[in-house]
Amino acid sequence: MNQIEKSKWAFMAAFFAILTAIPHFSGNFGIDLVNKIMIYAIFALSLELLVGGTGLVCFGQAAFFGIGAYIAVLLSPESASASLLWLLPAAVFAAGLYALVVGSLSLRTKGVYFIMVTLAFAQMAYFVVHDTPLGGGSDGIYLNVKPQLANLIRLDSPLAMYYFTLACLVLVFIFLAVLLRSRFGRALAGIRVNEQRMRATGFSTYPYKLAAFTLSGAIAGLAGFLFAVKDGFVNPEMMSWHLSGAVLVMIILGGLGHLRGALIGAFAFALLQEFFKAEAIFGDFAKHWHLGLGLSIIAAVALLPHGLVDLPAQLRSRLTGVLSGNAGSDGSAMPKG
Amino acid sequence: MDITTFLIQCLNAVQYGLLLFLVASGLTLIFGIMGVINLAHGSFYMIGAYMAFALTPIVSSVFGGGFFAVLLVGVVLSVLLGYVLEWAFYSYLYNREHLQQVLMTYGLILVFEELRSLLVGDDVHGVQVPDILAGTLQLGDMMTYPVYRLFVSAVCLALAVGMYLVFTRTRLGMMIRAGASNREMVQSLGIDIQFLYRVVFAAGVAIAALAGMVAAPVSSVYPGMGSQVLIICFVVVVIGGIGSIKGAFVAALMIGVVDTFGKVFLPQASGVLVYLLMAGILLWKPDGLFKAG
Repeated sequence: MNQIEKSKWAFMAAFFAILTAIPHFSGNFGIDLVNKIMIYAIFALSLELLVGGTGLVCFGQAAFFGIGAYIAVLLSPESASASLLWLLPAAVFAAGLYALVVGSLSLRTKGVYFIMVTLAFAQMAYFVVHDTPLGGGSDGIYLNVKPQLANLIRLDSPLAMYYFTLACLVLVFIFLAVLLRSRFGRALAGIRVNEQRMRATGFSTYPYKLAAFTLSGAIAGLAGFLFAVKDGFVNPEMMSWHLSGAVLVMIILGGLGHLRGALIGAFAFALLQEFFKAEAIFGDFAKHWHLGLGLSIIAAVALLPHGLVDLPAQLRSRLTGVLSGNAGSDGSAMPKG
Repeated sequence: MDITTFLIQCLNAVQYGLLLFLVASGLTLIFGIMGVINLAHGSFYMIGAYMAFALTPIVSSVFGGGFFAVLLVGVVLSVLLGYVLEWAFYSYLYNREHLQQVLMTYGLILVFEELRSLLVGDDVHGVQVPDILAGTLQLGDMMTYPVYRLFVSAVCLALAVGMYLVFTRTRLGMMIRAGASNREMVQSLGIDIQFLYRVVFAAGVAIAALAGMVAAPVSSVYPGMGSQVLIICFVVVVIGGIGSIKGAFVAALMIGVVDTFGKVFLPQASGVLVYLLMAGILLWKPDGLFKAG
């Protein structure tokens, strides 16, 4: 293990240690907020597998998130607690199944087509829950009794929910880290870099992409499940394309090609959102928080094309550039070649 | 369904299809020529619709003009808007990855939505049909049809024909087509490609805004109308084939028919029908009906 690998793992260990400690010194608001962000982080990791890992830009990730959430609520009995043992797998399976169907169709297309087709299929799912009485229409539905696992895990307390989400986050992170280092993950990376060459070397790339797409949908379904159980409520907005866009912003803001980028991005995005929503800072203007968020996204795309993960390296190179009396630290002032 | 209702629904389908074509053609032009995937294109449609609502009292008190003066002022304003946006944002996106284009234009949608909310609020508004175009037309024995809807179809059709003529018959169109296929070559021939792109973009914005303006009395004006039209336009572009104006035309009319008759026969499933159509066409032709190039 080289130095960079070590510092990466140290960063992740510290990150998860802080998440474990947070409930001990934050109030209920903090627990709820960080819980929500951790769910977004799982959601962002699911998309990172596709975009950063495989090079497939999916703009319909919210559909899988929403399906996981709706299944959690729809399958829960009215007045009794459902067992986590089957409810969670059911939600994950349903989201994965929809991803399999959508993926098998949309992976026939490439590039911008793929972006648009995934968006359109997500919109179709949105209309199904929005226009039919199945999921309470545009009002959504409530989850009256939260699921539990015998008497071991009861998700009706915010603290238990918090640690359950954290455990899921850690497991998903480790699973994806192992997966991306496996032979399968290497094949995905090969597809991302040059799909044609992969095919020329004898890989049938379609099944790999479809597997990644299905897996990604299933993980997004897990995130949706957690969201529904935490809030006890689902509505069609969970499938809206704004959420698909937001999760894309998260992984790019954090830095593509790094799993920890998805985590950092989810936290940065959510905190940015909370910041612009803060009435203490912006007063009445806080209800127009989308404006600040939108401008920040534009600024981030312009100034940080490699994401927050790259920020230390950028600062370092700028700093060493200043120290050695070279202002054009990004190389732009230097003649090329 | 008797023959009269059927004919009326056909006219509605054509009117909706032509309107979609206008917005989708701008989307596919900007992508086909400048290589930019513009999520904010639906916002230009929304901006147009809100202009029809907000400009009417101003234009009538300043110029004393009616609906057509509003259209004229709106088009001028949206050309300016397009010109400035290209200079401020889109010109940075030409050589960027699709992903970054998606992100920056997603950011722009949020900005446009909030500015709209700040300037005119979040209420749903109706826009009055102008007096000259109010009323209905007697078609045959038992059928009447609103004049204004025919006007919308006529405007859209005229613009479509105009665009086709500019592209195929004029020097400007030739330069634009050449610029789309080889930017460097056109530039080295001494043509200001930057200016050309700015013109194409401004025209795309103006056409989308004009579509929004003429649609406003038919569809009313509401927050979120931009993203709704954008996603349907994506379906149009996917079905027709990216960059193909002919494809966009055929696909938009198909969607007009499916959506209009879907609302009549299968009201519960109407939201989903166009996506099923898209799925079916993709199974058959993954690159759309008329793949460009």
